[in-house]
Amino acid sequence: MIFPKIRVLRSHGKQYIPDLDAVELTSEFRGRPVLTDTPDRSDLERAAAICPTGAIVPAPFSLDLGRCVFCGECARRAPHNIRFTNDYRIGSPTREGLVMRPGQQRVEFDPAAVRPEIRKCFSRALQLREVSAGGDASVEMELGATGNVNFDLGRFGIGFTASPRHADGVVVSGPISANMAEALDICYEAVAEPKIVVACGTDACSGGLLAGSRALDRSFLERHRVDLWLPGAPTHPMIFIDGIRTLLGHKQRG
Amino acid sequence: MNWLTTDNTSGAVALNEIPEVGYNDFYNDLADRLADPRYHAAHYFALPWDDRLRFICLLLDDAEGKVLLASHAMEYYEQTHLPSLTALHPAFHPFERDIAERYGVQFDEMPWPKPLRFPHDRYDRSSSMDNYPFYSIKGGSLHEVNVGPIHAGIIEPGAFRFICNGEQVLHLEIALGYQHRGIEQLLAGTDNRLRQMCLAETIAGDSAVAHATAFAEAVEKLSGRERPAELERERTVALELERMAMQIADTGALSMDVGYQLGQVACEALRTMTINTTQAWCGNRFGKGLIRPHGTDHPLTPEKARMIRDNVSDIARRYDEVRRDLKSSPSLLARFEQCGTVPREEMLRIGGVGQAARASGAARDIRTSHPWASFAKCLHHESITTPQGDVMARLMVRSREVLQSAGYIGRLLELYEQKYADGPTPCPAPDYAAPLAPSSLSFGLVEGWRGETCHVVVTNAAGRIAAARIKDPSLHNWLALALAVRGEGISDFPICNKSFNLSYCGHDL
Repeated sequence: MIFPKIRVLRSHGKQYIPDLDAVELTSEFRGRPVLTDTPDRSDLERAAAICPTGAIVPAPFSLDLGRCVFCGECARRAPHNIRFTNDYRIGSPTREGLVMRPGQQRVEFDPAAVRPEIRKCFSRALQLREVSAGGDASVEMELGATGNVNFDLGRFGIGFTASPRHADGVVVSGPISANMAEALDICYEAVAEPKIVVACGTDACSGGLLAGSRALDRSFLERHRVDLWLPGAPTHPMIFIDGIRTLLGHKQRG
Repeated sequence: MNWLTTDNTSGAVALNEIPEVGYNDFYNDLADRLADPRYHAAHYFALPWDDRLRFICLLLDDAEGKVLLASHAMEYYEQTHLPSLTALHPAFHPFERDIAERYGVQFDEMPWPKPLRFPHDRYDRSSSMDNYPFYSIKGGSLHEVNVGPIHAGIIEPGAFRFICNGEQVLHLEIALGYQHRGIEQLLAGTDNRLRQMCLAETIAGDSAVAHATAFAEAVEKLSGRERPAELERERTVALELERMAMQIADTGALSMDVGYQLGQVACEALRTMTINTTQAWCGNRFGKGLIRPHGTDHPLTPEKARMIRDNVSDIARRYDEVRRDLKSSPSLLARFEQCGTVPREEMLRIGGVGQAARASGAARDIRTSHPWASFAKCLHHESITTPQGDVMARLMVRSREVLQSAGYIGRLLELYEQKYADGPTPCPAPDYAAPLAPSSLSFGLVEGWRGETCHVVVTNAAGRIAAARIKDPSLHNWLALALAVRGEGISDFPICNKSFNLSYCGHDL
């Protein structure tokens, strides 16, 4: 009975990523886009017309990562204007920070936009309560994966906890369905001050593909300040890890 | 009674070809047919059409591989009560509950007349998430345990109400609807085919490929254009990769729930490898963006095909070691065996589908009974079934399916490499503007990793998508979970739940 286990262990080897800050994702991964303005905007207008979430404004040219589902169609329609890189450092402390403009080489992360108590209270330990409110299970699985044997987010003292009473904040995924709105409020109220709110995934940031559906109630985000906006459909574990660690001041961008 | 007979590879059907019969004939005929396990309903839904409400049923004949279509209708504001089929065949309960909830149609003698998902356009606005009518039993020795809607782990919301006698579960009722986002309404509310595809991918993010394939199938049948065999093969590779990833994930989750860390971490790592393979192919770990109508944005190249083949064979080898280890660990067998048993008869009665049904000895598998695309051509699928119906059986079906899927991927990619060693496949780019046949109905029927995934798309006279009706396999299987925990200790609920791993958003839409 011990031999099958030894065999599993031997094949398993060492899985954990020693330096998370040095991770580079596959070149196929669609992360931060690079935008280039051109005098001829016809490609861009076609791209904006087919964008499934209306994330592209042709003039003045911008692409809102908070709406983008990273399908990559715009980069095929307007290859001279939009190119997706594999940069996963796309979290922002402000919603406006997710709007990308031509020439921008990174998603800005202004430390001044972070409430001072966040770094003071949570930089060495942060426990979060995740609430899925209409999430399609992909963001949830990626958040689960942040703690797995590969990414091991727990090494930084960051993790997910079952009870909101033990949590320092709420991570919201999904577009916030009306049927889930009240439960989300109750969960948020149960977390002791000081606390943070993280909107995780494009659906949470703007409603994403579901924006405009009558089945949503997004008033939670109007009533509470969101401390970290993380786009992605779904949010890759590295987007979450980078975003949270930049928020806590473990690392800086740019 | 007259049914329109078609199958899973034929094209769309005109709406006026679908026979319309009186409800009595419909009821009697279905009552007879559903008593035979060769038949089960893939879908039954109501559609407002002009001033009428038209009820359409897709019945699958597993023995002959046929899909039967028939309908009945009533005036939109008619108050007639219809005799309930659920009373005879409990498998009909989600369909009748959906119709009743949306349109206020009354089914007489319906044994479980409860809300299904609290859609935003429900008929009875006074019914809401907060007043779900939970079943209760009076008795001094019984107590109720409420779990949810927010669960302990990072998963989707749903409410479970247990009625327990001490530690033992007498009854579990599952109230869903928290995840309702109005996907069907949004699908019909746009003409942007790309947006519709993305919406189909988000019906259940862990089954993105299965749902996207079902939707693309339905749309392609409506545009009546042939698909290149290469495209079908690539889609099958994607679907089987998704199956591998999720079955491995659930093997890990089951190990975690009984505190078996070796199985858990080994499966976490193997799942990461699997979804990273998908990501290296198409840029998304869940295969979003991979399935597009009439073509693909990510055609295989010889390098990618080799990468996928090498990774998959490595994953299969390592996973097989984990499987052998799990099977030879008495402490795991003690938890998994004879726990959460659903016998075959019960599974058939409630209309269970997919790998959960196969673990109870009911060979429900669209790949075998209604093969489409590659399964109808180069692959001849044999379903993996086992009669026990317990947690262990579901785990073993999962683990054997991982190896089977790996075999299919290997074979398809081998075919690919033989044919296109020198360059990319001749897969065309997607077409989002192909015109659809007007006033027609088509369906996509796909065996995802959870089971039978059915999308029905109906177009209006202008060739626009007027309605979409989506069925995730979870719609049937949630009841199987409720039955599985009866008589078990409440502490065994987590492993029973994980052994099914059903979708909340796929159910709630």
